[in-house]
Amino acid sequence: MQIIRPDINLDFIGKRKIAMFISALMILISLGMLAVKGLNFGIDFTGGTLVEVKFNKAPSIADVRNAISPKGYGNAVIQEFGSPEEILIRVQNREGEKSSDISTAILGGLNESFTAAAVEMRRVEFVGPQVGEELTRAGIMAVLIAMVAILLYVTVRFEFRFALGADAALLHDITIVLGLFAITGKEFTLPVIAALLTVIGYSLNDTIVVFDRIRENFAANRKRKTPEDEAIVVNNSINQTLARTLMTSFTTLLVVAALFFLGGEVIHDFAFALIMGILVGTYSSIYIASPVMMSLAGRFKGDEEAIKEMEARP
Amino acid sequence: MHSYPRWKFWLIAAVLVVSAMASLPNITSVPSWWPASLSKPMSLGLDLKGGIHLVLDVDVDKAVARSVEEDIDSARQVLRKAKILYRKLASEGLSLQLTIKKTEDVAEAEKLLKDEFNNYDAAPAINNVITLTLKPAIADETRKFAVDQAIEVIRGRIDALGTTEPVIVKQGSHRILVQIPGYEDSAHAKELIGRTAQLEFKLVDEKGDLQKALNGDIPPGDIVMYGPQKVKGNPDSAQPYLLKKRTELSGTEVSDARVSIDSRFNEYAVTLKFNSKGSRQFDRLTAAHVGERFAIILEGVVNSAPVIRERISGGSAQITGSFSPAEAHDLAIILRAGALPAPVKVVEERSIGPSLGQDSIDQGMNSIIIGAIFVLIFMGVYYKVFGLVANVALIFNMLLIVAAMSMIGGTLTLPGIAGIVLTIGMAVDANVLIFERIREELFLGKTPLAAIDGGYDKAFSTIVDANITTLIAAIVLFQFGTGPVKGFAVTLSVGILASMFTAITVTRAIVAASTERQGRIEKLSI
Repeated sequence: MQIIRPDINLDFIGKRKIAMFISALMILISLGMLAVKGLNFGIDFTGGTLVEVKFNKAPSIADVRNAISPKGYGNAVIQEFGSPEEILIRVQNREGEKSSDISTAILGGLNESFTAAAVEMRRVEFVGPQVGEELTRAGIMAVLIAMVAILLYVTVRFEFRFALGADAALLHDITIVLGLFAITGKEFTLPVIAALLTVIGYSLNDTIVVFDRIRENFAANRKRKTPEDEAIVVNNSINQTLARTLMTSFTTLLVVAALFFLGGEVIHDFAFALIMGILVGTYSSIYIASPVMMSLAGRFKGDEEAIKEMEARP
Repeated sequence: MHSYPRWKFWLIAAVLVVSAMASLPNITSVPSWWPASLSKPMSLGLDLKGGIHLVLDVDVDKAVARSVEEDIDSARQVLRKAKILYRKLASEGLSLQLTIKKTEDVAEAEKLLKDEFNNYDAAPAINNVITLTLKPAIADETRKFAVDQAIEVIRGRIDALGTTEPVIVKQGSHRILVQIPGYEDSAHAKELIGRTAQLEFKLVDEKGDLQKALNGDIPPGDIVMYGPQKVKGNPDSAQPYLLKKRTELSGTEVSDARVSIDSRFNEYAVTLKFNSKGSRQFDRLTAAHVGERFAIILEGVVNSAPVIRERISGGSAQITGSFSPAEAHDLAIILRAGALPAPVKVVEERSIGPSLGQDSIDQGMNSIIIGAIFVLIFMGVYYKVFGLVANVALIFNMLLIVAAMSMIGGTLTLPGIAGIVLTIGMAVDANVLIFERIREELFLGKTPLAAIDGGYDKAFSTIVDANITTLIAAIVLFQFGTGPVKGFAVTLSVGILASMFTAITVTRAIVAASTERQGRIEKLSI
């Protein structure tokens, strides 16, 4: 079976203006939503307590709230988690309170109202305010360091403008995935950061494959002089790798979809971030990375030498 | 086609055998002659097997302040011995402030203190006040020691819970990670770990005026402490005591603590046994103060203040206080394990109930199986025989991941399972790259064998570049991630490395083995 034939020739580069427009629009919407609505940060970053309990039969949210009100947590965020029997209760840290005892008080209140046999502790998470700050810092650092490390690697293996093209695609992907989290109001947790880093790795993986082919074709096509020549080579390269790009994205989406639908509530948002990241990453490796790289031709000193050196490589 | 080197077949066979052997302990128990390095199953993270995960912050500065405070006593002795009169001895954070009465004594006092307190830096005296500041290196040492000691104490307390394989390790400079697998009662664990269990014996100042002291006129060298609140939340219901500041005996001298029944009131109590030094001190204390009261202070609260009726030389004491059996039991545990050198605070908790852990395992396994089946079917349909070859490599890849995780003693977490799922999708990437390249070569009119060679050779550098970038992201994640997220970075890295081996070397070997015997191939099933 073959869906995409090796001689496929779509005009990606010619449509780059439209693509750039769509991307700019998506980025603007994302940034706007991030600014207006913001991310729904989980307790990993804000600090706080999360208690997940399973009841032997579905309780009403109001009953749950009544049970924990006497303990002073009547204003907690209470929601269903996956099934009506499973309830998630979230409380923010409060100044001057021995915060690690909050979960004990909540579970105590539930046991008193519903009897201990009817309530089962599924999960207790507590993140102190200081740890929350540390995790936030570590998360931001991780994303930045990953981007710089990748910039360096691609610069060494290719050229600086390739690296910038790759990083532009990465920023594009991350912004849009973050924007989607702001729009959907899904909880932004530590695993989601892990998913973002994976998206970085994945999107890059795609981009590199295209770049690799461009480099190969540049080397085989030494006579390219004008930007038009370069555009043709780049467009051919994208077409030549198109089958692979789509196939790999498809197989990866297959498994991540399995994770999304079967992996359970705990991993749900993580899988969501991956699915969106893979979709956007696939798009950006075709429409963003290469056009940005092309538009930067001749901007950097040493480009010519770099090309010569590159062409001299086997 | 190039002839495929023999040694590579042997390498693949060896890797296959070793990884099958290393994976086996995860399915069934292995015989005793099985190589030790291949006999360990993967360990499951707390998020999969359930249990308590706590990160504790040790208030190390308190430990330092306490040690400085204790040095006041030594300073007093030094000055007394030299017959130097002092007005006030105080400590503040890292420094001791000693106010000397007569200006002519200051020089001598400075010299003496400098000799005795070589852990401190002395500043020139101002207005007869000598300030000694603990050297930073010594303070650091004290902080480090406090954490190490806290780990030992907490280990003792948790061991008393009787759970298997608790983890208690230092994290950073002043944090302790505690993991208790298979234990659910997080409230009890936190209660047990968080108590400082500071036990002190002080004499009651029988001559001092408690009423005056309560009005703020505390005699020098004395301190006011309170008993337990009789009405919860009402500080006025606690009985005040006027005590001598000096601690006569502390919990460090306790060698054993057991639950006992107090014969007089028939209630639960804890009987302490002192070590030999403590027994001597207790003996001396009781002998010298018959008829006076001494206070037993537990965690800053006066537990009781019995009258010393006679000299006690047996080296044991009893703590009473209308305990429930469980309270008495916990008190005995923490007194036996010793006091924490500094207060600890829970700064992070991630505890998982056993049912959620099992659900996560089931759901994770379902995702792996369903995801893998989808990919296997798709590859078979899309690349035919070559797809089947890639499928063999994929199954090999999963075996390798399990084997590698078992051998490096990796911990499988829920995000770790997600990493494996993701690897399944990405592992075939290398094969997709190669197969698409072979198709291109065929399209360009190459012979099947030349196309295979061309496909593998040209795709190689792309595969390496593409995988290294994903590895970079995974390594960064490992460096900055915590707990379960680290598990994701591990399985992802292992999966990527394994896929480079299986997708390139293994598939090539299979293709080589099946094409070598045929002289000419007309058409490839790709």
